[in-house]
Amino acid sequence: MKTIFKSLLAITVLSMVLGSCGKGDSKKNGALASNAAEKVYVAPGEYDEFYAFLSGGFSGQLAVYGLPSGRLFKVIPVFSVDPEKAYGFSEETKPMLNTSHGFIPWDDSHHPDISQTAGELDGRWVFINGNNTPRIAKIDLTSFETTEIIEIPNSAGNHSSSFVTENTEYVVAGTRFSVPYPQKDMPIKEYKGNFKGALTFISVDPKNGAMNIKFQLMMPGFNYDLSHPGRGASHGWFFFTTYNTEEANSLLEVNASQNDKDFIAAINWKKIEEYVNNGGGKKAPTRYAHNVYNEETHTATSTIKEEVLIINPSDVPGAVYFMPTPKSPHGCDVDPSGEYIVGSGKLAAELTVHSFSKMLKAIEQKKFDGDAYGIPILQYEATLAGAVKQPGLGPLHTEFDGKGNAYTTFFISSEVVKWKLGTWEVLDRKPVFYSVGHLMIPGGNSRKPFGKYLVAMNKITKDRYLPTGPEVTQSAQLFDITGEKMEMLLDFPTIGEPHYAAGIPANLIVPKSKKIYKLEDNKHKSVVKTEAAAKVVRNGNEVHVYMTMIRSHFAPDNIEGIQVGDKVYFHVTNLEQDYDVPHGFAVIGAQTSELLIMPGQTKTNIWEPKQVGVWPFYCTDFCSALHQEMQGYIRVSPKGSKVPLTYTLDGDAVDAE
Amino acid sequence: MKKINLTISLLAVLALFMVSCNGGEKKPSATETETQTETAPAKQGQAAVVDTVSAANALQVAKSLDDFKTLVAAIEAAGIEDAVVNAGPLTVFAPVNGAFDKLPAGTLDDLLKPENKSKLAFILTNHVAPANYPEKQLKKEAEKGRKLYMASGKYLTVEVKEDGIYVGGTKILKSVKVSNGWIHVIDNVLVPAE
Repeated sequence: MKTIFKSLLAITVLSMVLGSCGKGDSKKNGALASNAAEKVYVAPGEYDEFYAFLSGGFSGQLAVYGLPSGRLFKVIPVFSVDPEKAYGFSEETKPMLNTSHGFIPWDDSHHPDISQTAGELDGRWVFINGNNTPRIAKIDLTSFETTEIIEIPNSAGNHSSSFVTENTEYVVAGTRFSVPYPQKDMPIKEYKGNFKGALTFISVDPKNGAMNIKFQLMMPGFNYDLSHPGRGASHGWFFFTTYNTEEANSLLEVNASQNDKDFIAAINWKKIEEYVNNGGGKKAPTRYAHNVYNEETHTATSTIKEEVLIINPSDVPGAVYFMPTPKSPHGCDVDPSGEYIVGSGKLAAELTVHSFSKMLKAIEQKKFDGDAYGIPILQYEATLAGAVKQPGLGPLHTEFDGKGNAYTTFFISSEVVKWKLGTWEVLDRKPVFYSVGHLMIPGGNSRKPFGKYLVAMNKITKDRYLPTGPEVTQSAQLFDITGEKMEMLLDFPTIGEPHYAAGIPANLIVPKSKKIYKLEDNKHKSVVKTEAAAKVVRNGNEVHVYMTMIRSHFAPDNIEGIQVGDKVYFHVTNLEQDYDVPHGFAVIGAQTSELLIMPGQTKTNIWEPKQVGVWPFYCTDFCSALHQEMQGYIRVSPKGSKVPLTYTLDGDAVDAE
Repeated sequence: MKKINLTISLLAVLALFMVSCNGGEKKPSATETETQTETAPAKQGQAAVVDTVSAANALQVAKSLDDFKTLVAAIEAAGIEDAVVNAGPLTVFAPVNGAFDKLPAGTLDDLLKPENKSKLAFILTNHVAPANYPEKQLKKEAEKGRKLYMASGKYLTVEVKEDGIYVGGTKILKSVKVSNGWIHVIDNVLVPAE
């Protein structure tokens, strides 16, 4: 009897093992079923296979992770000040955050997208949108620094942004909130018909990436949520999801969910571009900031521009259509071939897929279902390619693996669902923890996805990590998608709330990542390239300190003759020409951040001493064996004091022979 | 006994499945080969960092010049390459090849033997000051009567004579700025007093 029990037990255990092993489907997360740890382990000194750029959400920044390890390498300051890097604190970077509303120290960063050539990732720049005070930023992937920010006028809640066309001809910025155009003092209840939704097309110079607003398309006052460009055959078109086609202005959670279908707006931007190039459109007065960081002067400048080109859809017949799409669609995702446009109706029971070729045919055959503000509405059935039936609850965003499969996130049912393009059948579903927003497959919104990993970005984590009080982290979860079934490998915390992400093979970035700035190329207006050239100059109550730093001292490091009430500018140049030898600079009582200065770079801080005394300054970045010795003193005398202005190093003038 | 047998066989079967499970999931895919990253270099220490952009460090400069063949060989034999590329700052008093010839016959060969590694390292570190000493600063050290503290733990005297700067009694022939400090060329080995 005992033996029989034992045998039964053995069989049960065996069948359990068999069950968990079958077809690599690891529903059981045990070590028996999976080698997940091995798949994400990147040994010390080894590199990750992919870079992942995750939006920092309400931190306003952009986080750089490695995949598959999930290790955080850098947080790139974009729309928010960052005392760690002096971004928005140093005189050189303050102009980056200038807007028509003045200096803005924060924003809500949303959707990073990597530049493309011929529909494939080229790894030159990442673009990202600021949602609150509408802006688009460009990050240079040689320096991993924000090098350009352009404000979007006539816009509010810059959400259906910052996606690029196949050759990065344009980066687009669509407004989530419609607003009066032009802005004016008017009753909110007169919203309907009077508010407008601007879709902004920003051209990108193929040589240097310089951004310029080419035109703004003034659309009806709906909410424009997300967008993606056509590719392949549909290159030349751009698709935007809309919600609130009801044009409600209050309690949108109810009032914007009345219509059975909202729209995907299909915009033939090539047609509009041609119209603009032929002199079309109306120049209208406005105000927006255009901020550019110059790598040679290590300095940003901000210019306020006062004109923008406005296009009305009726100006360019045949350029704008609406495709009805059920229930407040969020994601608007185009498959790698460019044929399918997936609209994720947040509240819809199914996932709607439109066909680009059917859309063209419907336009040709004028299969319209009336119009909205003069814009033809295509018949729903005429553009429909198919629908994924009962895929989950609350679809949000879809990406593609390049092997004929699509992956969609479902916020309400908290899962990622894999389905097949063309047959629309559901192939796999995996829970995520919890309430996923967007997902990312490296290259998953391009012509050439790298379908190895999928990152799901979750809004809610509750009990997933060690608790940290009421505020807990958001998370990313990594899946292996090389098999028939998805396999969760890793779970890692993120900064802010990652709304969206872009990934790219590391080998497209690594070889061109910058190591140092050449001192000889430094054209900063206050650079000093040798210790002997260091100096301190008084001009009224302004004192300019032109200082150098090299392991392990400042020149000069003793300054006297400063007075209470002076405004002291420290222009500090790092003379190092060696990789990974930044120096920092901080002075007691400075009402700003430290400076963090890369080799060959110059940065400036302002210090306004309020107290008489002798005050130290020091290097904040552990630079060398004698880092702790890298310090200096500045003597502050009462206003009107006779103490002469002197500056020395080791008791002598800096240029003493 | 039977019980044990059963347990063992069960474990064996389990182990088999573990192996086959792991094996089964390693499916080579097209994208895997496409995205293969140039793997990080097989790392030893900082001396192995590949960097063709930064200014050359003390070891890179020494290696690029035939005059320092013996010195470089000695640095490698002593296993102190990483120390010479370190962030420093460092000031290296670098003996030219001929300087080693001035040592008593057989001394160098003897020092290069594996069993004398630490003795060699001690002598070499007597040529490195953990500080930033351009010529101007050396003159100042001499003027103020400050000695140079060397990585060996010993001190060297600096003197300014009519024909130049002398360190540890030997004349500096030439000075080169390197990314992590300075190299001053000398033609004697600075053998530390025991």
